[in-house]
Amino acid sequence: MTGKTLYDKLWDAHVVRDNGDGTALIYIDRHLVHEVTSPQAFEGLRLAGRKPWRVEANLAVPDHNVPTTDRSRGIADPVSRLQVETLDENCRTFGITEFRMDDIRQGIVHVIGPEEGATLPGMTVVCGDSHTSTHGAFGALAFGIGTSEVEHVLATQCLVQKKSRAMRITVDGPVPEGVTAKDIILAIIGRIGTAGGTGHAIEFAGEAIRALSMEGRMTLCNMAIEAGARAGMVAVDDKTIDYVKGRPFAPQGELWDQAVADWRTLHSDPDAAFDAEVTLDASTLVPQVTWGTSPEMVTGIDGRVPDPAAETDPVKREGMQKALDYMGLEPGTPITAIRPEVVFIGSCTNSRIEDLRAAAAVARGRKVADGIRQALVVPGSGLVKQQAEEEGLDRIFLDAGFEWREPGCSMCLAMNADRLEPGQRCASTSNRNFEGRQGPGGRTHLVSPAMAAAAAVTGHFVDVRTLE
Amino acid sequence: MEKFTKLTGIVMPLDRPNVDTDAIIPKQFLKSIKRTGFGPNLFDEWRYLDHGEPGMDNSQRPINPDFVLNQPRYQGAQILLARENFGCGSSREHAPWALLDYGFRVIIAPSFADIFYNNCFKNGILPIVLDAETVDELFREVEANEGYQLTVDLERQTITKPDGTVIPFEIDEFRKHRLLEGLDDIGLTLEHADEIRAYEARRKKAAPWLFVHLSGSV
Repeated sequence: MTGKTLYDKLWDAHVVRDNGDGTALIYIDRHLVHEVTSPQAFEGLRLAGRKPWRVEANLAVPDHNVPTTDRSRGIADPVSRLQVETLDENCRTFGITEFRMDDIRQGIVHVIGPEEGATLPGMTVVCGDSHTSTHGAFGALAFGIGTSEVEHVLATQCLVQKKSRAMRITVDGPVPEGVTAKDIILAIIGRIGTAGGTGHAIEFAGEAIRALSMEGRMTLCNMAIEAGARAGMVAVDDKTIDYVKGRPFAPQGELWDQAVADWRTLHSDPDAAFDAEVTLDASTLVPQVTWGTSPEMVTGIDGRVPDPAAETDPVKREGMQKALDYMGLEPGTPITAIRPEVVFIGSCTNSRIEDLRAAAAVARGRKVADGIRQALVVPGSGLVKQQAEEEGLDRIFLDAGFEWREPGCSMCLAMNADRLEPGQRCASTSNRNFEGRQGPGGRTHLVSPAMAAAAAVTGHFVDVRTLE
Repeated sequence: MEKFTKLTGIVMPLDRPNVDTDAIIPKQFLKSIKRTGFGPNLFDEWRYLDHGEPGMDNSQRPINPDFVLNQPRYQGAQILLARENFGCGSSREHAPWALLDYGFRVIIAPSFADIFYNNCFKNGILPIVLDAETVDELFREVEANEGYQLTVDLERQTITKPDGTVIPFEIDEFRKHRLLEGLDDIGLTLEHADEIRAYEARRKKAAPWLFVHLSGSV
């Protein structure tokens, strides 16, 4: 008998019943809620006369629509305001814990879950948001759901799920200096494609992954969905446990010891079998930059914009051509010759303290280049912002000419006032370079925080490792 | 949820891979707190020449005549023919809501993104996976024949072409059953309320730290 994968262990511990038709009823330990995907779910509950099954399993926060500028006058856009007010009202009515816009703990839902210890190893964590895969960094089974499933979790604390196949992506070798979790995940997506993980839960393993901080592992798992996998995960180790210890909602005392003993088992057994295996050598990686309109359209900073004419698959060729037309790029252009006008440092992918430190290290003592019309730094939460200010990072950014904002999703998806103008090119630490994602007609290049800061201070993409 | 049993309808081809849910329904329309009314903004950025915002009178907006949805021959289409990895990206259920509100009940593609695929079934939309070669052939036939229709029969798991050729398709039995009957998932789960409670009791003993109460600002 073969051993179990981490995914098997998490799945097995949450099966309420086997439905006998290829699905199981799975128990959900933590449900995170935000304003965009929840109003119709609460409305559904209300119409059916149902109540939340276990109200204390839910944690809500407004993040997508919130302004990142002065909040003392509320939200200017009436449609955005109504959505946030609707969340406030629903949480009040149903008794759900919410960190409101004026709470220091408010922030991007995938930043505050781990920050508060509301995300724990071994949990099932869901949210009406595809980047819920982030929480898998803690050895949790975490995945995004639609609004119908949000309502289902609220009403039953369960979901009907079909078990995914298990994929292991092993990243070997030491990670070169200046290469980050963001570069690793972009390189993985470049290799397996945006549908490479479809139907799978991905476990990230190997020396390079073990070496990542918890912030780095969150960045990695965050973008599992960009590789097509609903869930990404990393086994529990000392770093996981050290990160969780002392968080507001983390267990304490005897419960803590009991929990840690359980969490130590959250890894794949040595003889566990995976349905798919991918290996990557980190030691040869360079910082990555996307050139197209899908995260798989990515290359190293030492690369060039590819030529669609060299692509043999006609569907792919046309996709590449459409992407280059949209991005306003010519085949063969060196990546270092691409000049963004906007720089965005933030999002659930890269807005944690370590990300801000990495960007600040590049910005320190430098100035935002002339060609850059706007350089935004948007911390992932009020607490990240506070910590960054205690470390003086805000001064470094402000002195260099960056804007220092209030926490939220901001220009990652431009549901609030932060957005690109048509045709504007952006170096962004977010997760999606889709057409119009950061504003209609906006052109997104995905990079790590250090690479975004390097682009800001030089005016073009540059290998951050070559800066003096 | 509306049942899906059998449908004969016009097919609209959308010939690009990796169509993401941001393209299906752009973010500015996600501010709605309703489930309906998204149809006029389906594929908004490709469909209109101006920039759309909620509250606009869409009938007055300049349409992009080159976009397939605006071509007269595809008006009234109920079946969307798409390429690989359709529905990737954001988990927004507004994407299937917009497709349904416009009138699509069936989407055929070589592959779908997981969350989108799952969301379709919650809304009475049938996503059908066919091999890339068959999808290619359908693209050629749809583009060559104005008014091209297919008949989709969920019970028999078949697609019938105008010339009578039958293409079988696969679907998980549980999804098929729920779609055919238009079942309420929550109602079905609540039939097992005792089992959920029993699980909670077991779990509370084995992993009590999972039941620590979140106390917050409320």
